[in-house]
Amino acid sequence: MGYTAWILLTASLVGLSCGLIGVFLILRKMAMMADAISHTVLLGIVMAFLVTRELSGGHMLIGAIMAGLLTALLVQWFHSLGVQQDASIGVVFTTLFAVGVILISTKVGNAHLDVKHALMGEITFVPWNLVSLPWIGEIPEATFILSLVLAIVLLSILIFYKEWKITSFDPALAASLGIPVVLMHYLFMSLVSITTVAAFDAVGAIMVVAMLITPAAAAYMWTDRLSVMLLLSGTFGVFSAFVGYYVAVWLDTSISASMAFATGLVFMISFLCSPKHGLLAKYIRPFMVPSE
Amino acid sequence: MDVLKVDNLTASYRKNKVLADVSFRVQPGSLTGIVGPNGAGKSTLLKVMLDLHPRLSGTVSFFGSTLKKMKRRVGYVPQRGSVDWDFPTNALDVVMMGFYGKIGWLKWPTRIHREKAMDALSKMGMAEYADRQISQLSGGQQQRVFLARALVQEADLYFMDEPLAGVDAATERSIMTILKELKLMGKTVMVVHHDLQTVEDYFDHVLLLNRTVIGYGKTEEVFTKENVARAYGGALRWMRGETS
Amino acid sequence: MIAFLSINAQWVLFSTMILGMASGMIGTLAYWKRQSLMSDALSHAALPGVVIAFAILGVKNLSLMIGGAVISALLGALLIQWIRSSSRVKEDTAMGMILSVFFGLGIMLLTIVNRTAGGNQSGLDAFIFGQAASMIRTDLYMMLFLAFLVILVVFIGFKEWKLYLFDPEFAKGLGLSTRWMDNLYLGVLVLVIVIGIQAVGVILMSALLIIPAVSARYWTHSFKWMIMLSAFFGGASGMFGTLISTLGKGWPTGPFIVVSSSALFIISLLFGAQKGLLIKAVQFQMQKKELTQSWSANAVLKEGE
Repeated sequence: MGYTAWILLTASLVGLSCGLIGVFLILRKMAMMADAISHTVLLGIVMAFLVTRELSGGHMLIGAIMAGLLTALLVQWFHSLGVQQDASIGVVFTTLFAVGVILISTKVGNAHLDVKHALMGEITFVPWNLVSLPWIGEIPEATFILSLVLAIVLLSILIFYKEWKITSFDPALAASLGIPVVLMHYLFMSLVSITTVAAFDAVGAIMVVAMLITPAAAAYMWTDRLSVMLLLSGTFGVFSAFVGYYVAVWLDTSISASMAFATGLVFMISFLCSPKHGLLAKYIRPFMVPSE
Repeated sequence: MDVLKVDNLTASYRKNKVLADVSFRVQPGSLTGIVGPNGAGKSTLLKVMLDLHPRLSGTVSFFGSTLKKMKRRVGYVPQRGSVDWDFPTNALDVVMMGFYGKIGWLKWPTRIHREKAMDALSKMGMAEYADRQISQLSGGQQQRVFLARALVQEADLYFMDEPLAGVDAATERSIMTILKELKLMGKTVMVVHHDLQTVEDYFDHVLLLNRTVIGYGKTEEVFTKENVARAYGGALRWMRGETS
Repeated sequence: MIAFLSINAQWVLFSTMILGMASGMIGTLAYWKRQSLMSDALSHAALPGVVIAFAILGVKNLSLMIGGAVISALLGALLIQWIRSSSRVKEDTAMGMILSVFFGLGIMLLTIVNRTAGGNQSGLDAFIFGQAASMIRTDLYMMLFLAFLVILVVFIGFKEWKLYLFDPEFAKGLGLSTRWMDNLYLGVLVLVIVIGIQAVGVILMSALLIIPAVSARYWTHSFKWMIMLSAFFGGASGMFGTLISTLGKGWPTGPFIVVSSSALFIISLLFGAQKGLLIKAVQFQMQKKELTQSWSANAVLKEGE
């Protein structure tokens, strides 16, 4: 497969996984948790390196997942101690991130980690980092991991659809029905961590946030049905990846950043033009003759 | 057998002790109104009984057993305020959520569930709104959808937190009709209620609560001028039929 | 001042202290407005403005870059407001979007600028991590001036801030223009963010705006004291952080300031007089004791019957 094709495939995988997870993320009002986790994974990666002395993808993945879970746990804990939700998030993620930066810049254990790369990612390098698989041959490591992640995401959503739906909509009722609300929360957070980490390598931390939140928000403008929202969000994610790539090539700029910006454009268009919930429709509606 | 047995229930909310040594026993088939002034602990009582809020002491037994074992037989209608109305879901969907506890992991709702849900909606007069997104419904309509959701749970003991708050007259009538039907079917219903005026019309039992139990029992016995005055700390001087 | 520090280091120490104080104060306002994370969103949103300002001038001019940052951040704030009020998208989602999309735009522009004008790469590093140690004297003067301005604004309008934050409806009734206060608050917030980014970078700026304020909460219920304490914690963090960072070669100031403020937070969480865990545990024990005492009192009564 050609170079461009690998990049587009990898980016599409990111768009899909993040788009799907993103729907529940915004409905649960946890958009900023995604932001938090995308920063704290840095600490996870550093810790993984310090412990294993290796820069391998697998170890970093585990370290990052643990960081994500730790973030969720700490935020929850502080919140239960009476700190406001977003203040909790703020305290936890800035502190963990700062610790990560300190570890790197004081060169504890000679961590040769490129912080910029961790934050910004650069999808241009993805096709060069290959891994050998039985039957498939050589494919980029990032693409492989992302495919796995997408499979996990799809499976999880299928399995926990009802539970995540009800715990997002009415947690009080869910608890009274015997649904393990807290378990569902942490399972979801784990999924967010896995997705963030996998997408990271391809598009970097900040862009992952864009992919997690914006396509879902755009989808929210078009439909009142959860299942349709999931479908649309994934589609918008993939679409943004493509648009972003070609714009980046045209302007000769960062592909990841371009994709992030593309999600914003998709949202703007949806925000303005969606017939159901878009702004223009709201203005035009009073002037339209009712058909009933 | 007591449907519900509460002993020495004590709980705090923030820094204040909002429930102190609450005890009472409920017989099957009763329709109880829980009344008391603001901050009396009425909502908290429901939450503590259902293990949705921590308790400092006390025990609660449902049908002679624990909540965990009897969960299927208990239904809860929380206050309307705690829900995200912009959620992409319609009225029918909300009612179907009432089945989620019973359906269990990995399974999906079936046609039968759907039919039952539509039945419940019809009962509440909401059948034609089945596919309406919930933010498009009025307060009264939303409450009816929540009642329908409670109905499909097919519980034997229902707890409802201010179901009549902020609803229109037609909805109030509709809800009370359903509650009386439930009673006729032998179900037990406990309702946190805010309007003293209607207590005698609606409920055959009353729980007067102001952090402790001022009184529990049949309405005509317990809902007296003196008890109400005690519950409301003497601030209430006027009751129906009284002047000054 | 402190003998073993160079003059420049002393200036940095002083500036970070003042910055910490200003952040602590504004952070308290943000906390009560329930917009603690807005600073994170706006910090990231400032990037495109900085890059554009740099690109237009071709030279690193601090005041113009601050200007660009302010415009960009304000634009972000307005968009968040617009999206939130005219659609069902919630505030946290809007913040996350502006944060990442604006930042993405910023990176796009920065990459283009770097490739064409041969601009310096370190611009981005400075933006993310701050460069307190390498600021020149005039930069510091500017920062100090702005920080003092912020402190003044909070100080002078103290009563008005209090009213505006706790009961805006009532405030309106009294004739206080909440619109005006909204804009003033936003303006001051953006100013602090933009100044602070120079010193401690984007991410860590949010920390300074959140952590001291939250820490102060555990010691007092009084708005006045919370602002003071928050300023104190912020200033202390700035000072300690900077001092610690001088201990190592090439250690960045920002993260150490953050970690200092976190340490203060943990201490406040545990020992805070009003809501600290220790106090709460003691109170809980006392409540339980009361309970058992009243039971035994009841038991005594019953036995006596």
